[in-house]
Amino acid sequence: MIAAHLPVLQIVVPLIAAPICLLLRRGSLAWGLSLAVSLAVLVIAANLLTQVLESGPISYQLGGWAPPWGIEYRIDVLNSFVLLIVAAIGAVVLAYARRSVAQELPESQQSGFYTALLLCLAGLLGVTVTGDAFNLFVFLEISSLSSYVLISMGRDRRALTAAFQYLVMGTIGATFIVIGIGLLYMATGTLNMADLGARLPAAGASRTVLAAFAFLTVGATLKLALFPLHFWLPNAYAYAPSAVTAFLAATATKVSIYILLRFFYTIFGPAFAAADITLQSLLIPLATVAVLVCSTVAIFQNNVKRMLAYSSIAQIGYMMIGIGFGTATGLTAGIVHLFNHALTKGGLFLVLGCVVLRAGSCRLDDLAGLGRRMPLTMFGFVLGGLSLIGVPLTAGFVSKWYLVQAAIEQGNWLVAAAILAGSLLALIYVWRVVEAAYLRPAPENAPEAAEAPWSMLIPAWILIGASVYFGVETSLSVGVASEAARFLLGGAG
Amino acid sequence: MSGDGAILLAILIPLAGAVPIALAGSRPNLREALTLVTAAALFIVVLTLVPEVAAGDRPRATLIEMLPGLPLAFEVEPLGMLFALIASGLWIVNSIYSIGYMRANKEQNQTRFYVCFALAISSTMGIALAGNMMTLFVFYEALTLSTYPLVTHKGNEDARRGGRTYLGILLSTSIGLQLLAILWTWQVAGTLDFTLGGILDGKVSGPVVGILLLLYMYGIGKAALMPLHRWLPAAMVAPTPVSALLHAVAVVKAGVFTVLKVVIYIFGVDFLHLSGHGQWLAYIAAATILIASLVAMTKDNLKARLAYSTVSQLAYIVLGAALANFWGIMGGSMHLAMHAVGKITLFFCAGAIYTAAHKTEISEMNGLGRVMPFTFGAFMIGALSIVGLPPMGGLWSKWYLAMGALESDQILLVGVLMLSSLLNVAYLMSIPVRGFFGKVTGSPGSAEGAAVVIKEAPLACLIAIGLTASGCIVLFFAPDALVSLLRPLVSP
Amino acid sequence: MADFPGLFNYWIVIVLMMTGFYVVIARGNLVKKIVGLNIFQTSVFILYISMGKVDGGTAPIIVEGTVGAGVTYSNPLPHVLILTAIVVGIATTALGLALIVRIKEAYGTIEEDEIFAKDEPE
Repeated sequence: MIAAHLPVLQIVVPLIAAPICLLLRRGSLAWGLSLAVSLAVLVIAANLLTQVLESGPISYQLGGWAPPWGIEYRIDVLNSFVLLIVAAIGAVVLAYARRSVAQELPESQQSGFYTALLLCLAGLLGVTVTGDAFNLFVFLEISSLSSYVLISMGRDRRALTAAFQYLVMGTIGATFIVIGIGLLYMATGTLNMADLGARLPAAGASRTVLAAFAFLTVGATLKLALFPLHFWLPNAYAYAPSAVTAFLAATATKVSIYILLRFFYTIFGPAFAAADITLQSLLIPLATVAVLVCSTVAIFQNNVKRMLAYSSIAQIGYMMIGIGFGTATGLTAGIVHLFNHALTKGGLFLVLGCVVLRAGSCRLDDLAGLGRRMPLTMFGFVLGGLSLIGVPLTAGFVSKWYLVQAAIEQGNWLVAAAILAGSLLALIYVWRVVEAAYLRPAPENAPEAAEAPWSMLIPAWILIGASVYFGVETSLSVGVASEAARFLLGGAG
Repeated sequence: MSGDGAILLAILIPLAGAVPIALAGSRPNLREALTLVTAAALFIVVLTLVPEVAAGDRPRATLIEMLPGLPLAFEVEPLGMLFALIASGLWIVNSIYSIGYMRANKEQNQTRFYVCFALAISSTMGIALAGNMMTLFVFYEALTLSTYPLVTHKGNEDARRGGRTYLGILLSTSIGLQLLAILWTWQVAGTLDFTLGGILDGKVSGPVVGILLLLYMYGIGKAALMPLHRWLPAAMVAPTPVSALLHAVAVVKAGVFTVLKVVIYIFGVDFLHLSGHGQWLAYIAAATILIASLVAMTKDNLKARLAYSTVSQLAYIVLGAALANFWGIMGGSMHLAMHAVGKITLFFCAGAIYTAAHKTEISEMNGLGRVMPFTFGAFMIGALSIVGLPPMGGLWSKWYLAMGALESDQILLVGVLMLSSLLNVAYLMSIPVRGFFGKVTGSPGSAEGAAVVIKEAPLACLIAIGLTASGCIVLFFAPDALVSLLRPLVSP
Repeated sequence: MADFPGLFNYWIVIVLMMTGFYVVIARGNLVKKIVGLNIFQTSVFILYISMGKVDGGTAPIIVEGTVGAGVTYSNPLPHVLILTAIVVGIATTALGLALIVRIKEAYGTIEEDEIFAKDEPE
């Protein structure tokens, strides 16, 4: 009985738990409830993925209304994979959050914090599972609005301006997406994604459809911070509370990429995305520039969180390169990197949260000598950094391997070279931190930093460990990603 | 013991050994005993592989499928066997030496030192026994990373700068060029398995072969082909046992070993020979030999001079690979062993001199041989072997290399080899000569004081020096064993 | 040009959208930015409402006797959709204004350039 309703429970449970959190008032109680909810969600997501892998896509009709009239939740290989990523990151971040939040936020704000985090989680999961285009917009706004709140809770007052900036940019992006959806509705008379995919070829490449395509693409790329629409991201990540940064970096942009994939491949179909609009000639140059420019900018940052934020934009560039190629290898690379980068960057930001907890800041100068005082934390950073660079036996290597392979397949040597050059730039910015932590003496008046508490170290190390594990054992990540790529290219025509 | 079990053990023993070594950190005696036990165990395991390989067997093992179609796989072939023997054998000697050196110089963080050393050896074993290019690449990078803490051991500004150059050049070449070459190979050949005769034959032709070769040769930064040799002198900031490991055993040898592997198993000797692309590589190698020797002559710091000598000697091996004929390959492979034993002796002596007399500049070593006769005698033996004079092992590899150059009618290259030997004499032999016969200079007071205080280095150091110096001589009398082991690599 | 009167609504949409967009970009006052954002969103409301219009259609309410009598109805779905979007828009505005209040408390100003200037020296 319950098993049949898993797709909707996925959303409903955190959505209902969120206001309860607010009522609980006590931060620790709210934390306990949120953690329980996120674990439940993780179990559901894992369950759904195995179901999909065993017996194909699941369709859930909300309220018993049959699609295309009712809202349909449709879960296939691609979104069950994204679902698992989001749910897993959510659970890990929540497990981690208690100490970090207790230090960074006043008690009075804590229950509100967990409320917003649960709402954000529900929104992201909703975006992922839904098979209805307008429903997607609603969930997107739920997650966006709550993430503006979360960012504004940062200790630095610049968190407020960052949140405001993000609010403006995010709203414009979301509005673009609504416009695109509206135009599609005008052309086809349906909002169900599968139905849209079936009807669009008949509507042809009219101006309405082309305009819809343009609006959707720009809207989604704004949300996922593709260069040059990335200006909201560095500040938002740098000044948000540590747990929020980790959560958003690992999930929000990834879900936006999922939205783009969904639009391109399920709604417009691979043929439209690849042929009618010469997407390659637009996305790949932008993505390549993103990799090179943002990696370079990252080198010059003195705030490590900000540095990793710029690195995120560069990594998004990698994913977009893969998606831009539109080939099986390229899509596999993009999706694998989506997964791997979620683990790596999530882990790195969690590690930085430990640093903030103990050293009080994450400016490069304050990290001096931390390698000795917080050995486990900093070693976690080293491992995560190696994955960011793409050293073999880390997850980052696997994604780069496929990306470069996709580029070589296309004979696109420039892009292949740019991907590798991006790795080298990553080496420079990661190593600035490593050198500071291990080879610089701690300043005289440095606070006595002890190792971070286990409640934070363990979640951080789970993600760091996973980013190493998935560099060695790739059957899950690559297997599912290539399955999803095949599905997108073949199944949605 | 079955072959595949031994392979995995060879990689796991030093890896697992690192754990108890780390745990025994507070008790130096136990920690160092553990290091020695691990080293000895490793050497024995490697030895058990020898009969099988010598008999023509190729023990295999597969660990896991890392990427579809690309497992982490191992296969022992003669060249890898040789490299594993050298590395594991010299690890024992180096450990003995380290104990004397590190204690006498009261170095910091000795536990980290021994742990990273074990990790580096584990990576080296992985390189030596790798069954495909992917596996080799994985361990190649692991070696770079595990030796970084060793290079920056002192933790001061110099170490930081040296470490930056070290890591920068090695990682950027391997990720930027080598990985690209590997991916390209995978794309055209559909496999990365090491196969005698190569996997590229018939898959690529014309200038592409040259570009791939260029990507590989400069991608293998550890081979220190000019102009990508800067990391080697930069890494001199490390303590001497590390320099010995880096420059004689693990890192540089991993580089040239990879060069040989690529030439023999990826390109294939015959394919490379017929393509004619080996020629420019041979000239680059020859230029490196000469230039590095000339630079070495200008260095007054003993370790810097030895570093440039290493750059020059590595190019011999690349030269052998580039000649792509029987004599060249044999000579290059043999030089792997000869140079390892010879150069480690020299580094040990340099460390012993530093420990006993605290001298690093050659110009200060006048007359030092008279108070440290054993060290300077050993230095003499090592130097003779590097130069390639009988009765030292170095003679044989140079002999083969010269034959290889003759066979491909490269008289010019033969000339380079001869000239380089002369340069070797000039920059290496001058050191013991100074030591034994040089007049003590400087202010009389300090020289007098020095002559009283300075005596030989700690016993552990001397034992190690004695072992490797005698190794140089033993190798002179036993080239047949090497030749018969390596013969299957290439048909004459 | 023949289409112009028929597409009148859409011209309005475009003008409103560009006006709102311009205000968001060009104004440094945060409240004005929110106003611009509202105008921008409103244009989308009109877009949706316009697309529900069917020529000669009446309100989609079933009155007894009209069922099956060939009465044309307007499409109610876009109206329903845009109700949701309006709600979302209000939430966004509320949140934006709340943030502005907090910014005013923290910086003492709501002019963008002054805010940036205050963060500079750090």
